[in-house]
Amino acid sequence: MSTFVLLTITGLGLGAMYFLVASGLSLIYGLMGVLNFAHGAFITVGAYLAWWFGEQAGGGAGTRLLVGGALGIAGGALVAALVELCLIRPLYGRPVEQVLVTVGLALALGALVQGIWGADAKPFPVPSWMIDTTTILGANVPNDRFVEIGAAAVVLLGLTAFLRYTRFGLVIRAGVENRAMVSALGIDVRLAFTIVFALGGALAALAGVLSGVYFSVVDPGRGTSLLIFAFIVVVIGGFGSIGGSAIAAVAVGLIQQYANYYASSGTGDLAVVLLLALVLLVRPTGLAPKVAH
Amino acid sequence: MRRVAGIGIPVIVLVLLALVPKLSLDIPVVLNGPLSSPGTLQLLALCLLFSGIALTYDVLFGFTGLLSFGHALFVAAGVYMTAIALTRWEWGLWPTLGFVLAVALCLPLVLGAVSLRVGGIAFAMVTLAFAQAGQVLVQKNPYGWTGGEEGTGLNYDAVPDAFVGVLNTKNLYWLALGYAVLVFVVVRLAVGSSAGHVWQAVRDNEPRVAVLGLHPYPFKLIAFVLAGFLAVLGGVVWLLLIGGATPEVTTANFTLALLVMVVLGGAGTRFGAMLGGFLYTLLDQRLGSLSGSSEVQDLPDVLRVPLSEPLFILGTLFILLVFFVPGGLASLPARLRGLRPRREPLPEEAAA
Repeated sequence: MSTFVLLTITGLGLGAMYFLVASGLSLIYGLMGVLNFAHGAFITVGAYLAWWFGEQAGGGAGTRLLVGGALGIAGGALVAALVELCLIRPLYGRPVEQVLVTVGLALALGALVQGIWGADAKPFPVPSWMIDTTTILGANVPNDRFVEIGAAAVVLLGLTAFLRYTRFGLVIRAGVENRAMVSALGIDVRLAFTIVFALGGALAALAGVLSGVYFSVVDPGRGTSLLIFAFIVVVIGGFGSIGGSAIAAVAVGLIQQYANYYASSGTGDLAVVLLLALVLLVRPTGLAPKVAH
Repeated sequence: MRRVAGIGIPVIVLVLLALVPKLSLDIPVVLNGPLSSPGTLQLLALCLLFSGIALTYDVLFGFTGLLSFGHALFVAAGVYMTAIALTRWEWGLWPTLGFVLAVALCLPLVLGAVSLRVGGIAFAMVTLAFAQAGQVLVQKNPYGWTGGEEGTGLNYDAVPDAFVGVLNTKNLYWLALGYAVLVFVVVRLAVGSSAGHVWQAVRDNEPRVAVLGLHPYPFKLIAFVLAGFLAVLGGVVWLLLIGGATPEVTTANFTLALLVMVVLGGAGTRFGAMLGGFLYTLLDQRLGSLSGSSEVQDLPDVLRVPLSEPLFILGTLFILLVFFVPGGLASLPARLRGLRPRREPLPEEAAA
């Protein structure tokens, strides 16, 4: 029982990171039709900026994580907004070229991070209270899992509220459903594009920071490995659907943990791929219909 | 006249390439030794191999319009299946080749049959996921076959003597050249066939193909199987050339590199894709040694760090190309001709 609880909470923690990456990807694709391969680079850049700013700030692990994390997330949002403004916007209306540019960017940014900070993993500041465990139903669960789950829950609520109750949220939701009509009504969708990209970049950077806490190191390959599972989550959850992404992220995280433990290590990834194949064959549009809510 | 030129140029290029191991020319900066030295031949063989593999990807992306992110899986299958059969199971050369050919046919057939049920981005994702599954399998190292992170060596006893040893690098070079020629000829025939015409119609407008009464699915599956089959063969050549299997062939970045090669040269063109594969590999290998050179090492950090990462240069180059030369390198002659107003004879007129 205690193992099961530990696996479940760890799976939820992993799912939380997948959700943070997938929600940004899903909104970007839903609104702009851009499959953003550079999203993995945003994760890596965010995690490394957080680590670097933390080192500059000095002090205890808690301070470094807080200062570095905040600046890393801001940096991720800034990088993403710049990418949208300089690289994606000029190619508006040419979706294949947009995807290709994000592919080039994924390679270039990943290489740049490796060039600046080296290929070796860097130790990430993790406050000791996050490493300590809490006993739940007999299971000793590391506290950082709760931080990840909590952050994802806050983001899920915040994002839902943003989409539902603000004017930008309304424009984004309308744009996901019918972009041409929104432009025809005289609303500048391009601003929404930049906002969605910046938001996606910030969430990706947050996922990068949390993954730094989860694994207690950052390495240049972090973004790519998270991105592939985030893609799977987006496809299973349905493009443009935040709720769908959340459900799919939890499912993927849990299946991965259970299969890795109860079958054998590595089976989890295979099981997730199998789940994706099954979902696509049964419901090619994903679990949720294409509506941002 | 055009017809002669159309066949003549490839033949001249082929003869020149075939003669490379006999030449002892020095090409400074581009290559770091005379053409006939084993190191240079190895590098050129790798370039030729990749021009072939890039063309197999172009069958999917450029000619059929299928954006696959799992093409690395087939190259990896060729590399690992051959290595495992020869080294771990200690099969002879011929049983291994037979087995790998069977894999080359069945694997893309099964995976294509499943993933082609969805189109567009979902197809890209499913292929990415399958490739990811392949990568996980290799990392998992079942029964110690794949060797996990370290990869697996090659049992040279089973390999013909002509392909073993530094002195025989020229044979490996010719093997890679032969592979590139084989892929070129097969793709040329396939794209020119009636199925090939349907591929291009599917790429341009799939609903219209369906409306005209043709079912696109089997045609897409043929393209997928052909590309996968040729890619597995490329993996076998890779194994002989490198002398071992490494997990880097299974990564998603490897497929992305193939995509970059094809777009760099010009998607939907045979020579473009091959040129792209050749140049990308050459740059990837040579930029690495450029970064170690004293000229780059002496630069200030702002320039030194980006310049010492080949992938950064390639990625940036790729973005610039997408922006400013959308048709890839293959479109450059036409662009340059476009500067001088001159009427091109239509194909019918030229043939008459």
